[in-house]
Amino acid sequence: MEEKVKDITSDEQQEYVINMGPQHPSTHGVLRLVVSLKGEIVKNIEPHIGYIHRGIEKMCESITYPQIIHLTDRMDYLSAHINNEAVCLNVEKALEMDIPDRIKVIRTIMSELTRIQSHQLWWASFGMDLGGLTCFFYGLRDREKILDIFEETCGGRMLVSYNCPGGVMYDIHPNFQKRVKEFIKYFRKILPEYDQLLSGNVIFHERSKGIGKLSLEDAISYGVTGPSGRASGFSCDVRKHEPYSAYDRIIFKEILHTEGDTFSRYITRIDEMWESMNIIEQLIDNIPEGPYSVKMKPVIKLPEGEYYQRVETARGELGVYIISDGNKNPYRVKFRSPNFVNLSVFNHITKGFKIADLVAIGGSLDLVIPDIDR
Amino acid sequence: MDKIQLGEFIKSIDQDLEIKEGKQYLEVIVPALKLYSLAKQLRDKKEAQFDYLFCLSGVDYGQDLGVVYHLRSTIYDHVIVLKTRTADRENPKFDSVSDIWKTADFHEREAFDLLGIRFANHPDLRRLFLDSSWGFPLRKDYVDDINIVTK
Repeated sequence: MEEKVKDITSDEQQEYVINMGPQHPSTHGVLRLVVSLKGEIVKNIEPHIGYIHRGIEKMCESITYPQIIHLTDRMDYLSAHINNEAVCLNVEKALEMDIPDRIKVIRTIMSELTRIQSHQLWWASFGMDLGGLTCFFYGLRDREKILDIFEETCGGRMLVSYNCPGGVMYDIHPNFQKRVKEFIKYFRKILPEYDQLLSGNVIFHERSKGIGKLSLEDAISYGVTGPSGRASGFSCDVRKHEPYSAYDRIIFKEILHTEGDTFSRYITRIDEMWESMNIIEQLIDNIPEGPYSVKMKPVIKLPEGEYYQRVETARGELGVYIISDGNKNPYRVKFRSPNFVNLSVFNHITKGFKIADLVAIGGSLDLVIPDIDR
Repeated sequence: MDKIQLGEFIKSIDQDLEIKEGKQYLEVIVPALKLYSLAKQLRDKKEAQFDYLFCLSGVDYGQDLGVVYHLRSTIYDHVIVLKTRTADRENPKFDSVSDIWKTADFHEREAFDLLGIRFANHPDLRRLFLDSSWGFPLRKDYVDDINIVTK
């Protein structure tokens, strides 16, 4: 009997490989991570993706431009409205259309509401990942209020499909402005509670400060954008660098932190919620009069050429690259999805940390898997 | 730098490169053999500093297969597009830029997975979304046996 017991501590080289996912609750979707461990220390992570690859880029080649919009909802489902906007802006740019101010302002307000509800859900699930279940209830409770606003105006709650080339599908609901203002008033009071619950929590600090450091050089080289990139000091906010819709006429600041650890990625998103509320407040009382949609031809054909549109989703920079050969279908569509790129840095920043930190780091990157797989 | 200055800058690196003024960004048509050295110079030269590769797309042009690189400088905020293509559909091959921009690692794996474009010196060129029994779905001559996509 004695001989069979092997002393594993003496074997320096031994690595233990475990499989995390594809149905693990903290991977937030069907992401499979093959994790090599030495004791508790993570040595290597290899992401296996493609479990929900639907071939959206291939499907786009056989459908028309207004139909593509509904597929983009299904990529990053938490930034559905902003994804729609990216395609619409690209089509409008290709057709060299002038978009009335009313549409621009409505789109901007909707985008910022989308950003807030996305960050709320992220906060809810991030808290839950780290063992704070209260966060989940708080986050979802407040997110419901935004979804109700969406439902009233767009008909949809999560996958709104509110944009269409040349404007938006319907005019805003008469209650829209009132309810948004009510929400802002409510959420300004509630958001400090988020800080009391999690941001100031000592256990949370211990688990997030100094964990998963991403330097500025690596953030740029890996192309990590969105709040994850800005937490490392990478100024990558498309709303500032290439303003679209109504972002060029409002005053807001780009949230930048420099530490680049899990905690600063957390605090960047909290700050962004404040900033989004500032943006909405500047616009909500000044929605110009005018049409909510420009009349388009029944069949939209883009002139031959290549078009690239960048927008800032809740997770980073989404690029829509359309190559048109003049037909009603695009010749090739490429979506540069922020989550796909942010995933590539996961291995780099998790190496050398404990396996419990893996969950914290993964949560702070805020990955949405359908956007990775497309 | 604006488009004209960028065009002159590219000319100063290599006289023979074809430069096209796109609707949005300046486009440079690069032969596959010159791609890597140009990419490295674009990142390293003080005046250019294209340190952020924000999009890499594989494209099937019908006859040729190609790759499009969208580069941006985080310091000067200028953008340039590199385009390269090859007529070899059997074994299309380009140099990997994943050691210049680390983000190219995943992008190149995606291009390999969906278009069958190979990248020399890539650290880990495996299929990403699909398993090896699939063809290359984004190619225009791809035949879909199960008819998930109909045209």
